[in-house]
Amino acid sequence: MAEHTHTPVKPPFWNNPEIRAIAFQVIALAATVAFGYYLFENTQTNLRRLGIASGFDFLSSSSGFGILQSLIPYSETSSYGRVFWVALLNTLLVSALGIVLATLLGFIIGIARLSKNWLIAKLALAYIETFRNIPLLLQIFFWYFAVLRAVPSPRQSLSLGDVVFLNIRGLYLPAPQLQPGFGWVLTAFGLALVLVAILAHWSRRRQMETGQTFPALSASLALLLGLPLATFWLAGSPLVWQVPELRGFNFQGGLVIIPEMASLLLSLSIYTAAFIAEIVRAGIQAVSHGQTEASYSLGLNPTLTLRLIILPQALRVIIPPLTNQYLNLIKNSSLAAAIGYPDLVAAFAGTVLNQTGQAIECIAITMAVYLTISLLISLLMNAYNRRVALVER
Amino acid sequence: MTDAHPSRPDLPPASAIGAFGWLRRNLFSSPFNIALTGLASYLLYLTVPHVLHWALLDATWSGDSREACQANGGACWVFIRANFEQFMYGFYPEAQRWRVDTALLLLILGAAPLFVRTVPNKFKVRWGLGLLLVYPLVAFVLFKGDLFGLRAVDTSRWGGLLLTLVIAGVGMTAALPLGILLALGRRSQMPAIQTLCMTFIELWRGVPLITVLFMSSVMLPLFLPVGVNFDKLLRALIGVTLFQSAYMAEVVRGGLQAIPKGQFEAAAALGLGYWKTMALIVLPQALKLVIPGIVNTFIALFKDTSLVLIIGLFDLMNTVHNATTNPAWLGFSTEGYVFAAAVYWLFCFGMSRYSQNLEKRLHTGHKR
Repeated sequence: MAEHTHTPVKPPFWNNPEIRAIAFQVIALAATVAFGYYLFENTQTNLRRLGIASGFDFLSSSSGFGILQSLIPYSETSSYGRVFWVALLNTLLVSALGIVLATLLGFIIGIARLSKNWLIAKLALAYIETFRNIPLLLQIFFWYFAVLRAVPSPRQSLSLGDVVFLNIRGLYLPAPQLQPGFGWVLTAFGLALVLVAILAHWSRRRQMETGQTFPALSASLALLLGLPLATFWLAGSPLVWQVPELRGFNFQGGLVIIPEMASLLLSLSIYTAAFIAEIVRAGIQAVSHGQTEASYSLGLNPTLTLRLIILPQALRVIIPPLTNQYLNLIKNSSLAAAIGYPDLVAAFAGTVLNQTGQAIECIAITMAVYLTISLLISLLMNAYNRRVALVER
Repeated sequence: MTDAHPSRPDLPPASAIGAFGWLRRNLFSSPFNIALTGLASYLLYLTVPHVLHWALLDATWSGDSREACQANGGACWVFIRANFEQFMYGFYPEAQRWRVDTALLLLILGAAPLFVRTVPNKFKVRWGLGLLLVYPLVAFVLFKGDLFGLRAVDTSRWGGLLLTLVIAGVGMTAALPLGILLALGRRSQMPAIQTLCMTFIELWRGVPLITVLFMSSVMLPLFLPVGVNFDKLLRALIGVTLFQSAYMAEVVRGGLQAIPKGQFEAAAALGLGYWKTMALIVLPQALKLVIPGIVNTFIALFKDTSLVLIIGLFDLMNTVHNATTNPAWLGFSTEGYVFAAAVYWLFCFGMSRYSQNLEKRLHTGHKR
């Protein structure tokens, strides 16, 4: 009787998952490197053919063009490197203002969306559904070409109490001018900040030890506002407002917001607020109603319930997508290029690129800036997430 | 007990039910609520009559030149009417526009079985995949011509809503599979593949689309061998697709992460290989979970097609913008933008409603 002996057949080596994995990776890496080398070779040939010298030397040569809005001293004789900083600051300025406005508007509308008042809730819904379904570029164009182009010329400016003026050249606001004694006010504000920190620490410790609560929030607010205001009054009001005045064909003095900036800021805030509102709504709805009931049954009043129970839990849900929206806003501010607001893309990747022909350098620098901002914020976000993540068994 | 129903004490008081009760509960429940209602009504009173008068009551609907609009103070919809063909087809030759219409008709006829609920799912999948492979070819031949005796129409003449839909359609059909592959790569056990996919995704997600389009228009020619020249539209398509596939990858990854490990183990126990596990077990569940995310990406892509204006393509946005700067029709930019906004809004809102519907229909159990 012949016994069936099962000598295990060794599978061929190409069926071994480990060897396969290594082979796949080697192929993928080799293909990537080969593709990169191919692009590099083509670029070298093309650059030689077009006679473009690569490198970053162009950054130090003089630009020869003016920029509409600049936060740091800039003139036509400044270098291309200076253009970069002016443009970057303009991007950061419009992004920072946009983030503040969009957050305020977004939270108001998000909370309104959950209002028990039917009319308010429906209005908020209409706002959200309208603005998030229309391309941002279209909204920017609408504000810039249809609304702000339709305002009158400087001589027929629309004015608000003869201190704020709106005309085709922009929105003119009174500019604050700091006088010598203003340093004291800043010092007082710094002092108030320190005092608030001490107060918060003390009240927390007292509550831990004795259980007595102290109205730390209102006391801090009073300190932060009261101390600088009192100093301001004592120092003899060291601040004057320079009101814009019509001289000749245009306004002189004051703070001017150019139409490009105004329309970009308006549309960025309105558009992003619609997304933030949905995030806020989802965050608040994510906290189950049982939490509120439990808090009431423990004897906490509605204000404390909101502050100590609902908000901390809602923020855990809200903050990650909210940061995403902030990042989107920063990236979307690059649409400035379409209406000529001198941001990074318009002034640097646009004008400088066209003048110098250094396409690779300009695009690379621009992309690197956005990438750095994104990665920085992602890193912060991950750290925050680790801190607030639910600790489970 | 004073306001209880006089004859039927078991019924709720009259003030708590019916239209009056609804008003009281939803609009006038507390002093704060009354103030809010007042504020909202005032806001509506300030805006709605203005908008109604402008858009409907005082608007001009008929005529064929700007002179027709001088008499009325409201919107001049004549501007839209006069330029409507251009908004839809761009500079596509008038005599050839039937080809675009035919392609649209074919799409509607081809896609119709997918939306009929009585058609079996198995047939829908096959038909859908077939359509996905065949339709782009048919549409391309119809649009571009130069084959079967059709006159050639250069892509630079494609425009208006047609171009917007072409970019959005190609972007969607290409970004989804690419995004799925990238997501699988990012979740892969192989470190090299994982790093490559992660770098790719983070790189595209970190930069604005506009710089990607700039890159594809000024840098792509430098990357290619001498003599090879890509069509402007193709360059934009590559940019949009790569950009959105990175976002799609992150959405799909979310779905992959939500699939319990047991599913992978069960598939392995049944002897399924990697691709079969993914295609038959994991992806059908993962994709169903992230339908809202996928549609959100589609909507974002649809809105982002408007950015091709910056590299000089005449999509709906640019065609409308161009028409508002036409000297014969100066001063009607509001009408133009409102029209374009309405078109974009209809598409985006429609997509989001359809996804909500789909989500509800595919929600097989698991409801808590």
